[in-house]
Amino acid sequence: MDSFYKYVIIGNGTAAIGGVEGIRSLDKDSGILIISKEPHKAYCRPLISYYLEGMASPERMGYRGDSFYEDNNCTLLLGRSAVGIDRKDKRVRLDDGTEVGFDKLLVAAGSSPFVPDFKGLSSVERKFSFMTIDDAMAIEKSIAPDSRVLIVGAGLIGLKCAEGLFGRVGSITVCDLADRVLSSILDSDCAKLMGERLEEKGIRLMLGDSVSSFDGRKALMNSGETVEFDVLVLAVGVRAETSLVKDAGGECGRGIRVDENMRTSLSDIYAAGDCTEYMDISSGSVKIMALMPNAYMQGHCAGVNMAGGDESFDNAIPMNSIGFFGLHAMSAGSCQGEARTVSNEDGVKKFYIKDGRLVGFMIIGSTARAGIYTDIIRNRVELEPNELEAVMENPSLYIFGREKRNSVLGGVV
Amino acid sequence: MKRVYVNEKWCLGCHLCEYNCAYANSGLSSMAKLKGVKIFPRIRVEGDDSISYAVSCRHCTDPICIKSCISGALSRDENGTVVIDHERCVGCLTCVLVCPYGAVTQDGEGAAVKCELCLKNSSGEPACVKGCPNNAIVYEER
Repeated sequence: MDSFYKYVIIGNGTAAIGGVEGIRSLDKDSGILIISKEPHKAYCRPLISYYLEGMASPERMGYRGDSFYEDNNCTLLLGRSAVGIDRKDKRVRLDDGTEVGFDKLLVAAGSSPFVPDFKGLSSVERKFSFMTIDDAMAIEKSIAPDSRVLIVGAGLIGLKCAEGLFGRVGSITVCDLADRVLSSILDSDCAKLMGERLEEKGIRLMLGDSVSSFDGRKALMNSGETVEFDVLVLAVGVRAETSLVKDAGGECGRGIRVDENMRTSLSDIYAAGDCTEYMDISSGSVKIMALMPNAYMQGHCAGVNMAGGDESFDNAIPMNSIGFFGLHAMSAGSCQGEARTVSNEDGVKKFYIKDGRLVGFMIIGSTARAGIYTDIIRNRVELEPNELEAVMENPSLYIFGREKRNSVLGGVV
Repeated sequence: MKRVYVNEKWCLGCHLCEYNCAYANSGLSSMAKLKGVKIFPRIRVEGDDSISYAVSCRHCTDPICIKSCISGALSRDENGTVVIDHERCVGCLTCVLVCPYGAVTQDGEGAAVKCELCLKNSSGEPACVKGCPNNAIVYEER
């Protein structure tokens, strides 16, 4: 063993920072080692599209202040990967052959782009993923005002990339096997509104279609059409980084399996963030919910427990808020149960009600005060049918009654 | 820390707090200039004919908005006030999605705004409290 830290964190994203803050809420002194594959201090990953758009600069993308690591007595190992975990001797093996001992380990390794084995992909000269600030900078270097960009994948990553590149390139085409944009968070009705906004802006959508093969700057589509492009962005999906825990014998599905304390099935090894799968209380099923808010809360929870405290994160739900060209989409929870649509001049709200309880929603446009809905879902608030009706029309604290209002507005929460 | 507290028993539902808030945060030289302009108050009166009360940021002890912010724009200052760095906000509205009280709203440019207790604007103390005609809104330690 070459060195020892009481706490070792693999990864340096949102979950890792949550982990540091969780540990430091109880243990101010013991050493923390952070192993980061990316050669950067923690930054706000979702801002990479805003960087392309010119709304964020690398200097201002830091997730925490410049002195975060120093202030929190963390040793930061940049540009190094963990390649193995020895769970018996409690050591992490690094890609330079050295070994680090730990007392508690947090695996916050995130996810990596999934690149399907497209025929002819190697003939494409300028191809990129869109996951890291380095990806964004590499894309920026390769584009010109007349570039034709093909983005494979009309999910959150692909469309944010399209928005970021909008106005900086000649044309943007986005294709997806799914029949709608944002298929992971929106149903067909809501996705249609968003798709229309993108097309109004001049982004070409090829839905229900994907690339069958590449030949240099040409993509032959499943539909038989040929798309010519200069720059290719692959945003098909991501895969959770499970291998370290899996190889060490830990339970994994599509993600590393964690309980509500963020413990893996291996003792003293915790996991948090995009590499994990855990319980979605709105649907009652275990899934990957790769979301920044959840990553932080998981990381914090893991950190507290690693430092000997007792915290659970037992009300996780999927939730997303994302805008494209001024049109905002929000969704939370599940779409099980009966759907109920409320429309007004601001947009459309679609609610999902199961056994009398609100379990999910999707909103296009009318996003004001949507957190009231999210809270009802996360905390499984029971409402009478007339109260539910009233809050769906108009989100307010009114339905919660005087006692609750007085405690919220007249007390410390 | 001192926070803004609301007693619905005394609220008249006059909406003056909304105007005082919008004015204090507008940078305008006179309140009259708000006439006819769409305002973006950070406090909102809700309720019906018989019950009314104002809702603004609770400056929670464990703020989910800060944990959820994707751009690092939300933080807590040295007094415990939950504040937004306008320059860093990209308007993703994740804070709006998670605030249980519906207390984060948007300004005219789409960025998130919320009550910051008027500590940084020309009012210097909560304008909603100062202007409340019936002392339904107070600023104190509880």
